[in-house]
Amino acid sequence: MAKTNKTVVKVDDVTVRFAGDSGDGIQLTGKQFTRTTALIGNELSTFPDFPAEIRAPAGTTYGVSGFQIHFGSHPIYTPGDKVDVLVAMNPAALKVNLKYLKPNAIIIVNVDNFTERNLRLAGYTQNPLEDGSLKGYQVYPVQITELTRKALEELELSQKEKDRCKNFFALGVVYWLYSRPLEPTIEWIQKKFAKRPELAKANILALKAGRNFAESTELFASHYKVEPAKIKPGIYRNITGNEALSLGIIVAGRKAGLDIFVGSYPITPASDILHELSIHKNFGVKTFQAEDEIAAIGAALGASFAGNLGVTATSGPGMALKTEFMNLAVMTELPLVVFDVQRAGPSTGMPTKTEQADLLFAMYGRPGESPVPIVAPRSPSDCFYAAYEAARVAIQFMTPVIVLSDLYLANGAEPWLIPDLETLPPISKNLAQTDEDYLPYQRDPQTLARKWALPGTPGLEHRIGGLEKEENTGNVSYDPDNHEKMVKLRAEKIERVRDILTEPEIDGPDEGELLILSWGSTYGTIVTAVKELRDEGKDVSHYHLRWLNPLPRNLEYYIRNFNNVLIPEVNLGHLSRIIRDRYLVDAIPFNRVKGQPLMVQELKETIDQILAR
Amino acid sequence: MATQPSNTIPVKIRKQDFSSDQEVRWCPGCGDYAILATLKRVLPDLGIPREKYVFVSGIGCSSRFPYYMNTYGIHSIHGRAPTIATGIRLANPELSVWIITGDGDGLSIGGNHLIHIMRRNVNVNIILFNNEIYGLTKGQYSPTSPKGQVTKSSPYGSIDNPFNPIKVALASGATFVARTVDRDTKHMAEVFRQAAQHKGVSFVEVYQNCVIFNDGAFREVTDPQEKWEHALYLEHGKPLVFGKEKKKGLKLTGFHLEVVELEDPEQTDGILVHDQFNPDTAYATLLAELTDKPDMPIPLGIFRSIETETYEEAFFRQIEEVKKMKGEGDLKQLMLTGDTWKVD
Ligand code: SF4
Repeated sequence: MAKTNKTVVKVDDVTVRFAGDSGDGIQLTGKQFTRTTALIGNELSTFPDFPAEIRAPAGTTYGVSGFQIHFGSHPIYTPGDKVDVLVAMNPAALKVNLKYLKPNAIIIVNVDNFTERNLRLAGYTQNPLEDGSLKGYQVYPVQITELTRKALEELELSQKEKDRCKNFFALGVVYWLYSRPLEPTIEWIQKKFAKRPELAKANILALKAGRNFAESTELFASHYKVEPAKIKPGIYRNITGNEALSLGIIVAGRKAGLDIFVGSYPITPASDILHELSIHKNFGVKTFQAEDEIAAIGAALGASFAGNLGVTATSGPGMALKTEFMNLAVMTELPLVVFDVQRAGPSTGMPTKTEQADLLFAMYGRPGESPVPIVAPRSPSDCFYAAYEAARVAIQFMTPVIVLSDLYLANGAEPWLIPDLETLPPISKNLAQTDEDYLPYQRDPQTLARKWALPGTPGLEHRIGGLEKEENTGNVSYDPDNHEKMVKLRAEKIERVRDILTEPEIDGPDEGELLILSWGSTYGTIVTAVKELRDEGKDVSHYHLRWLNPLPRNLEYYIRNFNNVLIPEVNLGHLSRIIRDRYLVDAIPFNRVKGQPLMVQELKETIDQILAR
Repeated sequence: MATQPSNTIPVKIRKQDFSSDQEVRWCPGCGDYAILATLKRVLPDLGIPREKYVFVSGIGCSSRFPYYMNTYGIHSIHGRAPTIATGIRLANPELSVWIITGDGDGLSIGGNHLIHIMRRNVNVNIILFNNEIYGLTKGQYSPTSPKGQVTKSSPYGSIDNPFNPIKVALASGATFVARTVDRDTKHMAEVFRQAAQHKGVSFVEVYQNCVIFNDGAFREVTDPQEKWEHALYLEHGKPLVFGKEKKKGLKLTGFHLEVVELEDPEQTDGILVHDQFNPDTAYATLLAELTDKPDMPIPLGIFRSIETETYEEAFFRQIEEVKKMKGEGDLKQLMLTGDTWKVD
């Protein structure tokens, strides 16, 4: 925080959290704030915090919906560890979110909702606004409901309809606090309520009333300004991880000249992928909601056999059920993309909380010798490229591929510079032709992939299945030497996937005291921590894996070049086990499994400790 | 896009063209041989080129079937053939897809998929080899084994109530439901032919004798002497009569079918006339239940055959409608969905 003039304080980055009942329009409010913030050129990252229950009773702590945005004038990689401003629409929202606040954070509460009943529902025995328990924060009680009603006095709307506008009042207050323009939201409201002009009017009035209230009362001592960031020119949109996975696979299908067949069964947090893809039937996307997780992957594999690219999306419990089909895909050597949007497990675990604990399962969790390529996106928008690459590898190497996303990426959102699709690498498919001497398990000498012979092609009739295959002919074989050979060939094929991948680059010096090695959604936290440490003059390097199988060639070089290798993960040490096993190096695990992403602060502290040794 | 296996191209293929180079490895005397031979005889007459056939199976003795057919085929996972078959049909609806399954594969481990492919009316042909035993795992009771059957895993008799596969199919909404028996290849061929020609899901239960673990399970309808007294051959539009001299008929009394003796086989007044196109499943279910009743004949033939929209028809129609509504998808447009903004 720097330069102060009388009322406007310039800050580099801020984290705001909106919270209230599911019915308070919190997600919408958050999205409007995001949109405006993007339009004025800040960098940002967002994360919604949905309640676990679908329709929890109003006023309860388990019915609280939250939306967090971190924005700034420099690159932003995470939705923020801790919050500078909390907007709490009721006591429950205050209660569940206190733990996320920075010391001296601003709390704006809708004091009208702090009724005895609501306090009781939230489990408060005393009013926290009055009992001194919020000392250490800047609390601003605002009569949001009352003031909204007053602003809309003249309008002929029901009380209920008027009260629904109070989120825009709150938004107006926060817009003033961070010096954001109202126009983008006004335009949005006008479009959204084009058919109900009286509602449009009401929402706009509420928004303006909120801003005016904040400005004219001496409520806040000062307000803040966050300068635009230096952003690469181009056209941007906001994108969540699940949307990006969906788009990536659609684009891959087009590039490969294949229809996409999505077999899926609803499961949190992967269902949005099925929802999104179901919309785009005019893009050569077929979606099939199967009777269960097994049928979902089975149909996808069947579609791959018949010449579509089979895709299935799921999370932990579904992954467990799909295991046998993953193995059939390995054995039949057919392309298949499996999206695993990880959540906290085991079993049903915490379906609405994030975790990275499926890595060892993806790597080793299948009976028999069953190697499968694994790619892990690092940010919501990166899911697009991960899905695309997964499809490319699946098709070119005739193999199932696992994409390890997680809930944090799936629901998180960030602005995305829309890429030029021409720059994506081509996807070639190796289809067998009628006039050749086709042997189902003859392999390409380079990739070791077998050819894809599509049913319907005359002369290529052949049978595949789960039984071990004889090399080349693909006939059933129980021959011991043949089995060993095939096991090794399948493994070697996956090793060769490396040949078409770009190796990650190290961020920082390529030798030194400490290398942080990471994968997946921890990227944002680690980059932020590393940047802050460097600003403090510390020497740290960071290497972020994209493909976990096969591991990149240059990895070993870097591992050997550092005195310490720290591996932060949201699990009890999956990658660190793999690295220890593979390179016999005493990697230091840094693990948290709280259903939350890693926090920058705690990671920095650990790094400091290692550097101080 | 055509959602039917095309049978317009005249093709000359012979029975032997369907034989793969793989040695058939069922036990000598197994009922599977007859089924394989009969299908190979039927397929050339259907007018579908060989490359359009796909045989999909699960696991079990019967599921080796695809290896013996010189067509496209997948020998997949225990019970899961219907899932793969559905994917194949939706990827390429011009293929003629056949599911080969058994009583354990289809009704036990794969029960869920079997009922769902039938309720969806996916245009595939399901041949369920029912031998009322687990053969490949060497003789345990199956979901169709009669209660009390002594097997390796039920040394004191099975205590499970069996499934009646025809009733499962009817309850799942299958649009073509039939039963045949391995020893009557002529009947089997006709049933297969009709199943293949049916638009929508076809479910055929084949009584298949496992000589090793359950020999003679269907003796009542296969023994040349006995069978006339026990087999009720269903023929559309014909009265439900059976017996060596066709002197027994079925009459509806209340909600039950009753056997009546006929003086004269030509005089069938009051005897129910078989209607395989009856849209009401109650009728077919009555017939199916005869199987489970002592002293009642066992129906063979087509229980039900009705035409409704197939899953593929609805599936591809919807895609076409979306295309008409939104136009052929434009990737550039798609990338720009939602709010976009420009940074200079
Ligand atoms: S075990 Fe029975 S069903 Fe299996 S092949 Fe032998 S005879 Fe046929």
